[in-house]
Amino acid sequence: MRYVDEFRDPVLAQNLSASIALEAGAGFGYRFMEFCGGHTHALSRYGVLGMLPSNVQMIHGPGCPVCVLPIGRIDFAIRLALEHDVILCSYGDCLRVPASDGLSLLKARAQGADVRMVYSALDACKIAADNPQSQVVFFAIGFETTTPPTASIIKQAHAAGLKNFSVLCNHVLTLPAMEAILNQPGGVPLDGFVGPAHVSTVIGSAPYQLVAQRYRKPVVIAGFEPLDMLQAILMLLRQVNTGRAEVENEFTRAVTPQGNRKAQALVNEVFEVRDAFEWRGLGSLPWSGLKLRAEFAQYDAEARYPEMHFVSVPDHKACECGAILRGEKRPQECKIFGTVCTPDNPIGACMVSSEGACAAHYTYGRYRDVMQEGS
Amino acid sequence: MCLAIPALVVELLPADMARIDLDGMRKEVSLSLVDDVAVGDYVIVHVGYALQKLDPEEAAQTLALFAELARQP
Ligand code: SF4
Repeated sequence: MRYVDEFRDPVLAQNLSASIALEAGAGFGYRFMEFCGGHTHALSRYGVLGMLPSNVQMIHGPGCPVCVLPIGRIDFAIRLALEHDVILCSYGDCLRVPASDGLSLLKARAQGADVRMVYSALDACKIAADNPQSQVVFFAIGFETTTPPTASIIKQAHAAGLKNFSVLCNHVLTLPAMEAILNQPGGVPLDGFVGPAHVSTVIGSAPYQLVAQRYRKPVVIAGFEPLDMLQAILMLLRQVNTGRAEVENEFTRAVTPQGNRKAQALVNEVFEVRDAFEWRGLGSLPWSGLKLRAEFAQYDAEARYPEMHFVSVPDHKACECGAILRGEKRPQECKIFGTVCTPDNPIGACMVSSEGACAAHYTYGRYRDVMQEGS
Repeated sequence: MCLAIPALVVELLPADMARIDLDGMRKEVSLSLVDDVAVGDYVIVHVGYALQKLDPEEAAQTLALFAELARQP
């Protein structure tokens, strides 16, 4: 496959790994955070972590859309589906996330709620057009990658004059989350970030200047293939070793400094920044989420069902998702990881999505732990 | 939610849609967020929308850089 196979070449990967070991030397440790859940998944899946010297540690970040969504937002969607008889459309990843009262969207469906999985935001719009007698709500989640598609269907619904369609908006922003990680009192000390791949195709590489300049942390935007990630880690090491804190772009084949202007304009037309939004693990962060502009209020589920309110709900007592999303703990440090909590019986969101740190470690990383303990 | 692999555009369809090939799997995606996409281009797809076109020259340069690093022990 073009753009895939050549970025997985095992010989080049060994060479990059050797260069990393050389650059890292025997010195003190390096800690880099891969912000994006797609990178967390790929680091485990392709064995990249096993190709790094022991003094280079990767810390998982909060860039998994399903993981950072707090329970209260899923409860909101479940209540809409159960109490207001709406057809609730959701991306597949959200369906199995545990919510309050032992429910999930999937379990609500078993209780009679009309919950439908959509692959594309476009499908939600189509379901509304096909079911004029029902209210259809799209449970919109995600970072800057899924926001332009949501904006696009809102415009499309507007153009088609759809009266039975609205969006429960949970879209969040990457940079406020990065800042929250860096501002966390007593938080993990980080030497730099592997910057998100697809988010950056939309927002561009320029916005990360904030992290480089204000916080003096290097950022290297990387693609999702193993060579991309190894190269990005090498570039981060070189920045740290030469005392630089810059934004560098390894994923130039898809990321430009200014990003996708067309998508940005569409998002700005439909959405505005909320005063604050609650994140799992990071708490309520100012200016970190989006809501529909007043002009589009008729498509805003929160405006359409004003009697409904977001209620903040704490995570399951034993679940360490919050600490994992802040980079403070690793999945294997959760007491119920792999025993009570498994992908078949997830207790927290980080075990549900394939981009979640617990799911990635359960699927690909556990054997390495066992081997390391045995050696 | 992230489809990590780039998709090949195999056919342009009405209403700003396109048929893509994703490692043998065919899907329809929207091109409404990108400009000037042609058959034969590779695009990054997310939840049914192409987000960006891949730049073949930049890809070649990145690969050349890997090869160069590989030569330096
Ligand atoms: S293993 Fe399960 S319970 Fe523990 S932190 Fe991960 S998702 Fe939460």
